[in-house]
Amino acid sequence: MKIKLLATALCALMLSAPSWSEQDEADNNVNNGGVSSLRGNVELDTQQDPGRIKQVQRDRPTMDREYVHQPPLIPHQIRHYKVDMDANKCLSCHSWKNASETGGTRISPTHYETRDGMTLSDVSPRRYFCLQCHVPQADAKPLVENDFKPVESLR
Amino acid sequence: MKFTRREFVKANAAASAAAVAGVSLPATATNLIASTDQTKIKWDKAPCRFCGTGCSVMVGTQNGKVVATQGDPKSEVNKGLNCIKGYFLSKIMYGKDRLQTPLLRMKDGKYHKNGDFQPVSWDQAFDVMADKFKQSIKEKGPTSVGMFGSGQWTVWEGYAAAKLMKAGFLSNNIDPNARHCMASAVVGFMRAFGIDEPMGCYDDLEAADTFVLWGSNMAEMHPILWSRLTDRRLSHPHVKVHVLSTFKHRSFELADNGMVFTPQSDLAILNYIANYIVQTDAVNWDFVNKHTVFKRGTTDIGYGLRPEHPLQKAAKNPDSGAMSAMTFDEYKAFLSEYTLEKTVELSGVPADKLEALAKAYADPKQKVTSFWTMGFNQHTRGVWANNSIYNIHLLMGKISEPGNSPFSLTGQPSACGTAREVGTFAHRLPADLVVNNPKHRATAEKIWKLPEGTIPPKPGYHAVLQNRMLKDGKLNAYWVMCNNNMQAAPNLNEESLPGYRNPENFIVCSDPYPTVTAQAADLILPTAMWVEKEGAYGNAERRTQFWHQQVSAPGEAKSDLWQLMEFSKRFKVEEVWPAELIAKQPEVKGKTLFDVLYKNGNVDAYSLDEVAEDQLNDESRHFGFYVQKGLFEEYAEFGRGHGHDLAPFDMYHEKHGLRWPVVDGKETLWRYREGHDPYVAKGKGVDFYGKPDGKAFIIATPFEPAAEAPDEEFDLWLSTGRVLEHWHSGTMTRRVPELYRAFPDAVVYMHPKDAEKRKLRRGDEIVVQSRRGELKSRVETRGRNRPPEGLVYMPWFDAKQLTNKLTLDATDPLSKETDFKKCAVKVMKA
Repeated sequence: MKIKLLATALCALMLSAPSWSEQDEADNNVNNGGVSSLRGNVELDTQQDPGRIKQVQRDRPTMDREYVHQPPLIPHQIRHYKVDMDANKCLSCHSWKNASETGGTRISPTHYETRDGMTLSDVSPRRYFCLQCHVPQADAKPLVENDFKPVESLR
Repeated sequence: MKFTRREFVKANAAASAAAVAGVSLPATATNLIASTDQTKIKWDKAPCRFCGTGCSVMVGTQNGKVVATQGDPKSEVNKGLNCIKGYFLSKIMYGKDRLQTPLLRMKDGKYHKNGDFQPVSWDQAFDVMADKFKQSIKEKGPTSVGMFGSGQWTVWEGYAAAKLMKAGFLSNNIDPNARHCMASAVVGFMRAFGIDEPMGCYDDLEAADTFVLWGSNMAEMHPILWSRLTDRRLSHPHVKVHVLSTFKHRSFELADNGMVFTPQSDLAILNYIANYIVQTDAVNWDFVNKHTVFKRGTTDIGYGLRPEHPLQKAAKNPDSGAMSAMTFDEYKAFLSEYTLEKTVELSGVPADKLEALAKAYADPKQKVTSFWTMGFNQHTRGVWANNSIYNIHLLMGKISEPGNSPFSLTGQPSACGTAREVGTFAHRLPADLVVNNPKHRATAEKIWKLPEGTIPPKPGYHAVLQNRMLKDGKLNAYWVMCNNNMQAAPNLNEESLPGYRNPENFIVCSDPYPTVTAQAADLILPTAMWVEKEGAYGNAERRTQFWHQQVSAPGEAKSDLWQLMEFSKRFKVEEVWPAELIAKQPEVKGKTLFDVLYKNGNVDAYSLDEVAEDQLNDESRHFGFYVQKGLFEEYAEFGRGHGHDLAPFDMYHEKHGLRWPVVDGKETLWRYREGHDPYVAKGKGVDFYGKPDGKAFIIATPFEPAAEAPDEEFDLWLSTGRVLEHWHSGTMTRRVPELYRAFPDAVVYMHPKDAEKRKLRRGDEIVVQSRRGELKSRVETRGRNRPPEGLVYMPWFDAKQLTNKLTLDATDPLSKETDFKKCAVKVMKA
């Protein structure tokens, strides 16, 4: 360690302006060894700038599903959408009754089923909170590519 | 070819027109059904990889890859439903940066603490690693080696790890990340009932009249249980939901009585409810007299900080869990100070809301189920909070029957099944046994066929202490497996980072992906995950669930189980055990730890013939016997006949989970109640058989303040936690594009008035600072979380915004679990 510090000091003298990383290394050994995590190849004691809050597009075409039971993603903003004991804004467009009028995607028949598979005359209460399974998509480039491949017929 | 919706409709219209006219169709329209051979998907069950709910999913594979997942309709837990994370399980294994080869820090072709990571073979990796472990044990003894494991380990991985550390390396320095999430629940159970884990089960969700959520945002953190609760509430109008939290969140959307309280004042609210029950004489005397005793807990117990911390020095009884006998009248006198007025003042909750809550508990006709999670557990008085809720249920006798249920929800998929039941804690052994009890050690040594005195009697370093000991240079060879503790542990700047980067230490990180922990490690081991191995998890309702290996891992990635067992081959008994111990069982001479621990006649008792020929099982084929079955059956011996009975191994591959104790092939839904629990003798009614006299403890503990509260300089409470779309540190979920886009980066939720006071607008870049560190984030004043003035909420999933640079490593002194919900910060415009 001493030798290394001395070497760094010599280096510093010779170059007269040591890089910050060299000094950091001597001080606290923080060094990610060249590995990138989801924070990138950035030292753990470094402060990173947070990106801007990523926006959800007001409206866009429906997004393809990559397997049969994938819940559809929400292709629009949902700001101010109220879903609570008194109201469910989502169903005002996506319920069976309203979907054809509004052009929204109709909720699946599974949403009428109870836990035991009985079909009810209205949406099953177990499916009431839509955002547990359906989420909007911000305009954001994925942090890491994903190699998942759907079956041939859905590619 | 890609169509927008409009274009698609147009193209189809054109195609139909063409068909009518007898013209040939474009290729995209010749939509023939392919032969079944081509469209066939192989389906098999597996529990979800994420939270403690323990949903079951069906996994579809084709050509060696997962191509689809869907909810398992046969699962009692979720009946075909998943949450958004569960629905995207299909993609978690396919992030492009999967680790495929071991990586070692090197300079000039040799290991160097400050070297750059270079690919090495498993042999090279284990050579260096074994050297470091051996050197450490030789120079400083077994307490200088340790391991940080996981509530996401499979049952047999946790079991193999605990065995390797405690019986192989003779070190109790093994602890799971479950310490961060439910250690307070465990200590609460042990104190009140003498046996761990909930008495009830998820069937309570369809039986209760009143639900109370204490520090549990079930809507986001246990979404499928929330859907069952919603089902019950909306289809049965008499049902009521009370929600308590330090800020408004999604669970308030269903609350009949939503309450936002000042942090730490939950302790006062709990005692107020007990006081209300006593003052109104609503006590269920028959139950209380027959089945409970009163105890007084020791107070002023400190905050689990380093001994030199002023708060520790100021405490009268640091770390004391001692209890003394108490009469009912003394308990009544103790409670009397928790009046409605005082509780309103401490908590900031309006009187009518508190009274409505107390009435629900005190009404003998209402069946009440209380749920709690991290709000109670990550609390410097978490054990007290756990015990105080049991007090309320015990005073009313509302326990151990359908709908009447104090229910501690667990965070991780196998925090119960692995961390707790297997006992991968610094003080534990399987089936609630502990290392500091000589009889318990003898039981373990007998089952493991090891000499008396193998297991060290002194509890090892717990999670937070491990990081402190790494920093202090007392823990030197360290294996982090199946978790991302650099991101998850509190006080990163002052403890975790200096600990990992201490030049005296060698840190190994096993993970499927390069994490923040990997960046701080010295050796990174590529790891097989989820359905790339055969596994078992145990969920929050005591349900054990199995799955088969369904695909192979990429490259050189190997399961945790393979890594643990293969590494054990590197150690001759003579290199790690003292001569006196070997002398007690001379036949171990010259053998490896692998021979002694895993080739012991138990673990290798089942041959490969029991693995179907077309069934993937990489570990069993590598080691030459059915390892998972051998490990499970040896482990199960600890609990069978002692209230922790597990079914035979093969049964779990058939069933969609079974709740223990499983006696004569029958699972147990409600423990301690005659007619439900086979361990309660006929005529007893209720028997809390974890205690020698069958009586549960009602334990009196007061309100005591938090370790750190806002002051003039650091003027805001910081509460940290999760969001629905991401699991813990986001290692898996942030690599799924759909989940990433659903909640891309962390933000700091703040009350609009607090933002205005700091001249901040939504989306502004901010600096959040505590006494221990700072980070940059963005301010969010709307959306799903609505903190009151004076508190901010920040999720910790974002590796670019390391939330734990801010948190304080104050723990519950009894459970050693960190309070991630309370520390003081200030927020400024960046």
